[in-house]
Amino acid sequence: MDSTHITEIKPEKPLFHLGLRDVWRYRDLVMLMVRRDFVATYKQTVLGPIWFFIQPLFTTLIFTFLFAKMGKLSTDGLPPILFYLCGITFWNYFSSCLKINSTTFIMNQGVFGKVYFPRLVIPISVTISNLVKLGIQFILFLVIYMYFIIQGNTVQITGYIVYLPLNIILLGLMGLALGILFSSLTTKYRDLTYLLDFGVQLLMYATIIFPVSAFPENFKWMAKFNPIMPLIETTKLGLLGLGTFDLTSYLSSIAFTVICLLVGIISFNKTEQNFMDVV
Amino acid sequence: MNAIEVHNVSKMYRLGSVSTGTISHDLNRWWHKLRGKEDPYSQIAESNARESKGSSEYVWSLRDINFSVNQGEILGIIGRNGAGKSTLLKILSRVTGPTTGNIKMRGRVASLLEVGTGFHPELTGRENVFLNGAILGMTKNEIKRKFDEIVDFSGVERYIDTPVKRYSSGMYVRLAFGVAAHLEPEILIIDEVLAVGDAEFQKKCLGKMKEVRDKEGRTVLFVSHNMAAVKSLCSKAILLERGKLAFEGSTDNAISRYLNGEADTTNRRAFKNQGLENIFLLNEISVNKEGCSPEEILSEESIIELNTNIDILDASPERYHITFHIYNEMGEALFSFSNNEKAPLKRGNNQLKVKFPAGFFQSGSYFLSFFFVQDKKVAHFIEKDIISFTVVDTERPMGVYLGKEPGSIRPRFEWVNS
Repeated sequence: MDSTHITEIKPEKPLFHLGLRDVWRYRDLVMLMVRRDFVATYKQTVLGPIWFFIQPLFTTLIFTFLFAKMGKLSTDGLPPILFYLCGITFWNYFSSCLKINSTTFIMNQGVFGKVYFPRLVIPISVTISNLVKLGIQFILFLVIYMYFIIQGNTVQITGYIVYLPLNIILLGLMGLALGILFSSLTTKYRDLTYLLDFGVQLLMYATIIFPVSAFPENFKWMAKFNPIMPLIETTKLGLLGLGTFDLTSYLSSIAFTVICLLVGIISFNKTEQNFMDVV
Repeated sequence: MNAIEVHNVSKMYRLGSVSTGTISHDLNRWWHKLRGKEDPYSQIAESNARESKGSSEYVWSLRDINFSVNQGEILGIIGRNGAGKSTLLKILSRVTGPTTGNIKMRGRVASLLEVGTGFHPELTGRENVFLNGAILGMTKNEIKRKFDEIVDFSGVERYIDTPVKRYSSGMYVRLAFGVAAHLEPEILIIDEVLAVGDAEFQKKCLGKMKEVRDKEGRTVLFVSHNMAAVKSLCSKAILLERGKLAFEGSTDNAISRYLNGEADTTNRRAFKNQGLENIFLLNEISVNKEGCSPEEILSEESIIELNTNIDILDASPERYHITFHIYNEMGEALFSFSNNEKAPLKRGNNQLKVKFPAGFFQSGSYFLSFFFVQDKKVAHFIEKDIISFTVVDTERPMGVYLGKEPGSIRPRFEWVNS
């Protein structure tokens, strides 16, 4: 950052300018934003970070009651609580990255309208702070996991657990990619926010409530088109020992993530320059 | 060497709201672009005149702006509200992009369109200093190095580990400005942030800006309504009028051209069929400097007259009187005033005049609401913001306090020392 640094402002940026170097220069800001998210969210709450546990726990209990007890849906022979908690913990990571990032421009217009910094800083910091949140919620999962093992349940870790870090990275990146892609669109057309909420809800049922094995034969192909499915299934296979792994679907999930990420960043960068005129 | 070069910068805005019609425009534009043609809406856009209602939905907020700034120069940007100052600043600080043209800036750029951007009320002063500094482009290490200086400058040492929501507004601004003042960019873009804070603090800020100027190589762009501050700080100024560059040159010439320019045409409003049937008819309201036409600029030192031309048609005019409420830019009511028994309404044409003494209004914009009152209890006719006027400050001698006194008015009361 010296005086040889030249800023050029033009009506249009080159299409494939991802601007990642700029983001790297602002890495301190990314980390400060992550910190802010945590400090600010739970200040002046009595339970504080315990809220991180309450949300997945209650959702799990409700799902267990509704789908396993009343609806008698299959959980592949696993204790329903473990089955749902595992799904919810990882699904939440994806869906909160997607939902929060899809409103990047609308939620940050105050700051964006006053000062320039690479706008990608915000979605990246959101993805990281949700990763930390996932880490905390994963501890809850482990505690309950231990409890079920001590109780003598037949859950077993399989070799697929080595995929876990990659699964987490892919879930985060996919949430980020789809999130910023939608954020470029919701800025002008707010209708999409509602559509997105609805879509995420539906996708959740298709991903974590019904295991692939529970899909009727005629509909199994649909599961193949769900890019999150292979990630969640592989995670379950690694942690709980039940699920399916299909290399082709897994690779297409990776391809899907990479493509979305590229398209997302390009459209995000295109939006960032003029969005203040349309929000 | 030029630190900033601005070439043919224009900015087009679409008026009105986003709705179903927007999609068709977007598609049309996209289709033109795909075939390598010009934006179809840029040709129908009109110049930015607020007062007249145009026929096009698109307006040029800035049109073909060209100028350059040398390294180490402080450039003042002046112009009336709506002249395009803020748009230009936004483009220069990369908050929004130009529609056409390009800008080149050499060196690190920091812009202050407001102080305390990104301050989070729940975070402590310390946490906010780091966050705000990083938003403005500093690295963590830079902030760490300057932290003590920042705290010292803002004088909130005792509260530095308290959430800023517990701060008084003054403390908040001082801390925020403290961060801003310790930025070390090669190019600094400042909007009228000096309008906040107490007198002593403003002095400190202006001092800091002078220091910035005197340090080698710093370039500053300064936008303000405060002619006194512009005059004492800037070596060069540009004047914007309706989105166009009207003048570029010495600060003195730019300011005098600004002060002698045309006042907002909203200072005079004629009405047609405005009133109540068989009771009254409002013809014209105007605001002007004593003995001058409404086109002339109102300064803090002028005696300001408000004229109301009204026809009373009712047979018993003594039952009626008129009242104005006056509001400042923030929409806060300042006071109300009515015509009294010295100037009662009479049947037929009335030309009422009320005079505000010189120095009564501070610089700023004022908005009047009009009430037609019957029997001192029923307001028959109300029109909000029927007219507005802007008062500008005149120059003050060097070394005198350059900021604004608190409040909007500065009445001169009778003092006695016995």
